Amino acid sequence: MNATATQSTAHHQGSGERLLNISDLHVSYGMVEAVTGVDLQVREGQIVTVIGPNGAGKTTLLSAIIGMLKSKGEVHFDGHFYKVPDVENLVGKGLGLVPEKRELFTSMSIEDNLLLGAFQRFRRGDRGYETTLAEVYSLFPRLWERRKQMSGTLSGGERQMLAIGRALMGKPRLLMLDEPSLGLAPLITREIFRIFADLRRQGVSILLVEQNARAALKVADYAYVLEGGKVAMQGKAADLANDPRVIEAYLGLASKHQELLSS
Amino acid sequence: MNLQIAILLGQDGITNGAIYALLALSIILVFTVTRILLIPLGEFVTFGALTMYAFQSGHETSIVWLLAAMIALDAALDLKQLFSNGMDARKAQWIGIKLGYAALMVTLMHTLSLQEIPMLAQALLTLMLLVPLGPVMYRVFFQPIASAQPLVLLIVSIALHVTMVGIGLLMFGPEGGRTAPFSDTALRLGSVMLKSQTLWVILVSVVLIVSLFLAFERTLYGKALRATAVNRMGARLMGISPDFAGKATFALAAFIGVASGILIAPITTLYYDSGFIISLKGFVGAIIGGLISYPLAAIGAVAVGLIEAFSMFWASNYKEIIVFTLIIPFLLWRSINSNHVEDEE
Ligand SMILES: Nc1ncnc2c1ncn2[C@@H]1O[C@H](COP(=O)(O)OP(=O)(O)O)[C@@H](O)[C@H]1O
Ligand SMILES: [Mg+2]
Repeated sequence: MNATATQSTAHHQGSGERLLNISDLHVSYGMVEAVTGVDLQVREGQIVTVIGPNGAGKTTLLSAIIGMLKSKGEVHFDGHFYKVPDVENLVGKGLGLVPEKRELFTSMSIEDNLLLGAFQRFRRGDRGYETTLAEVYSLFPRLWERRKQMSGTLSGGERQMLAIGRALMGKPRLLMLDEPSLGLAPLITREIFRIFADLRRQGVSILLVEQNARAALKVADYAYVLEGGKVAMQGKAADLANDPRVIEAYLGLASKHQELLSS
Repeated sequence: MNLQIAILLGQDGITNGAIYALLALSIILVFTVTRILLIPLGEFVTFGALTMYAFQSGHETSIVWLLAAMIALDAALDLKQLFSNGMDARKAQWIGIKLGYAALMVTLMHTLSLQEIPMLAQALLTLMLLVPLGPVMYRVFFQPIASAQPLVLLIVSIALHVTMVGIGLLMFGPEGGRTAPFSDTALRLGSVMLKSQTLWVILVSVVLIVSLFLAFERTLYGKALRATAVNRMGARLMGISPDFAGKATFALAAFIGVASGILIAPITTLYYDSGFIISLKGFVGAIIGGLISYPLAAIGAVAVGLIEAFSMFWASNYKEIIVFTLIIPFLLWRSINSNHVEDEE
């Protein structure tokens, strides 16, 4: 069964093993189905992006994968099948999510926020998190300068850095990010996207949900277009960036306008 | 009123205030982490006091069977979850440990001659019997409805309080009890006598409050509980399970409640139904702290103790009314000042 499944995703470039494999995922809010049968794969060492309009179900999809929302379908992560994906377990196994709203511990210091990112490792007795803390600080020197400050006092860009740094403290094998560029100035967006490429070099795979399709397609290897809870298109990111339908809907003038508004 | 009486009343007030402060801190802790108002906290106090009394007076107590029954219920729920979510060796082992603990406690209670063992051992046994009821209570009654409206949680909390008062009557009977003081010596400070139990209460309370503070400021587990209180969703994404946080806070609250009961048992005669009024005074302190601020709540609780002691002298019939009327200006002040900001973004 594994062999045929691998065949069907052979168009996925990249030599890595499948790290995340979602098949026929359905998620509902009450009677309304927001994600209707999504198949999606992320291979080891890849950056995969999911783009799509507001309300397409991107946030819902990520929440269901990590087990914050109940879903129907199959979630395989790192070779294990999760009948009922459960956050605590998956986080411990190396799945991280930087949520759309950041969800920082605003009345706690930056350093405490970061340390809490390593809670599962600490609990397992993995004391390597102090090395990771140093790595996160060298990735985001601004966090080091402000480490004693309450995280609620940070600017938008710094908050996003803290949210990413906190997720990295768990040493994720797959980092999922929900609209990391939302509300950030273009300069900071660029800085954060540069870090994604760095992270991949260090062996972290990334599943990136973005409204900023231009930037996302530039950094990603593979892309999915989600519309109305379904995968409308998928392919190598470079191919999609040249697809007339994608250009018209997500890279054209209209979306340029939207990009400007959101920055 | 002369100075001597004032010092005596002050002593009583601070002693009770220290206990109210401990209870106020537990109430805030449980509320911020789980959104549950822990009404049955007072029953942990009375159970603690009455279990000590039962040991010392040689009365039969069946409290260990309550523990055994609750642990069995807890284990059954865990097993059911284990079957539906898939086996997990570590969780299965944990169920075994809990059942083993219950068996150990039953054996201890039936082999030890409880009346003869040192008071410290009696206190330890009391804690071992009653503190696990806290996390088990959370597991059995609150974990399945953890995402319910606060009002639903409050109703369950009240129901548990009423049930525990009933169980208290069943297990300890209608008579009250007062235990022997921890030590017999009294301290003389100039012309006033300081009761040694007073010093014990203040000492232990201060030690407990300081250790709680250190645990929450310095340890990652303490920070994890604070994180859950600050942002539940964020905490879950860090792998801090709300079930773990709920059980841990209930364990702490149960520990503080039972310890308070053991501390005041030599000073006050407690009955099976005395818990409510005691925890209500802790609650007044917690309200003064706005159900958020630990230092304000502690100061408020000590003030409650002092006001109670002095109103006992001047208007003993109105002592409770005076104490509970205190809550009104603070509620008004809080509701005028609160601006209902949910997490800014
Ligand atoms: N908590 C919720 N309750 C009910 N419907 C929701 C909720 N969250 C999102 N939805 C709906 O689900 C759909 C997908 O939303 P979402 O996943 O947030 O989209 P995206 O992240 O792509 O903008 C939308 O139609 C939205 O209105
Ligand atoms: Mg979204």
